[in-house]
Amino acid sequence: MIQDRNLQVTTPNDTDILLTRMFDAPRELVWDAIMKPELLKRWMQGPPGWTTIACENDVRVGGSFRYEWSGPGGESLAMTGEYIEVQSPRRVVRTERFHMGEGVPPMEQHGTLELTPEPGNPRRTRFTLTLRFPTREARDGMLASGMSEGAEASYAKLDELLARSAV
Amino acid sequence: MVVDDPAHLDRVFHALAHPARRDLLRRLTKGESNLSALAEPLEMSFPAASKHVRVLEEARLVTRRVVGREHLCSIEGAPLAQVHQWLEEYRRHWEDAFERLDGLLDELKSARNTDRADE
Repeated sequence: MIQDRNLQVTTPNDTDILLTRMFDAPRELVWDAIMKPELLKRWMQGPPGWTTIACENDVRVGGSFRYEWSGPGGESLAMTGEYIEVQSPRRVVRTERFHMGEGVPPMEQHGTLELTPEPGNPRRTRFTLTLRFPTREARDGMLASGMSEGAEASYAKLDELLARSAV
Repeated sequence: MVVDDPAHLDRVFHALAHPARRDLLRRLTKGESNLSALAEPLEMSFPAASKHVRVLEEARLVTRRVVGREHLCSIEGAPLAQVHQWLEEYRRHWEDAFERLDGLLDELKSARNTDRADE
């Protein structure tokens, strides 16, 4: 288990990634910030330097969502899916597909989001997101791609630093 | 050692997916231990515990040496560190987003309080 501040990321079994975090706000506000596109796009951003080009979210059973970002070199990254279960403001279940660019088949997963008021303190909300992948390989692949992205960002920073010190 | 072979990584995740094996690893972090001592708190037979250790060995998370009748097991940290690193990168990505969300929530809360004060 990895814990820094209060975000925990764990792999509780072969196919899941579980994220838990506390937010210092009542459940309704957290729900709005996650579900309303005009609020969602203010925090759910692509990698540094990327811009959000689509943020649509139709939160009802059968409704779909689409978030899309474009990179400085014209790359694109998108996430789409459909809502299977909606219990505002406490729980949603949806399918999620990551589109990592042309020629790469999208990765599919199930996301279950639950918002629970902290017992005895409704001003704080516990966020739990369970991402379920079809196989262990798919789950591990997702973790691995997260790593390469992070590594890329670090290399980009290094490049920047080297360019600056060369002047 | 770096886990760059996908088949090996599968074995690492498979090995970590069982509570008894996670318990074995946790106790091995305290140092080398013989298999009988490891099996005891799990209320497991020697062959059953040995089977779990075999899975950990295949994932290269544990090494075993046999001295007389004792099977001495010790932990290998490197593959675990690799998995840790992946989770850490993933976690960092989300934490960046969640920190922006914290800021937004603060803004929403003070906007709401201002509305109330106006009423």
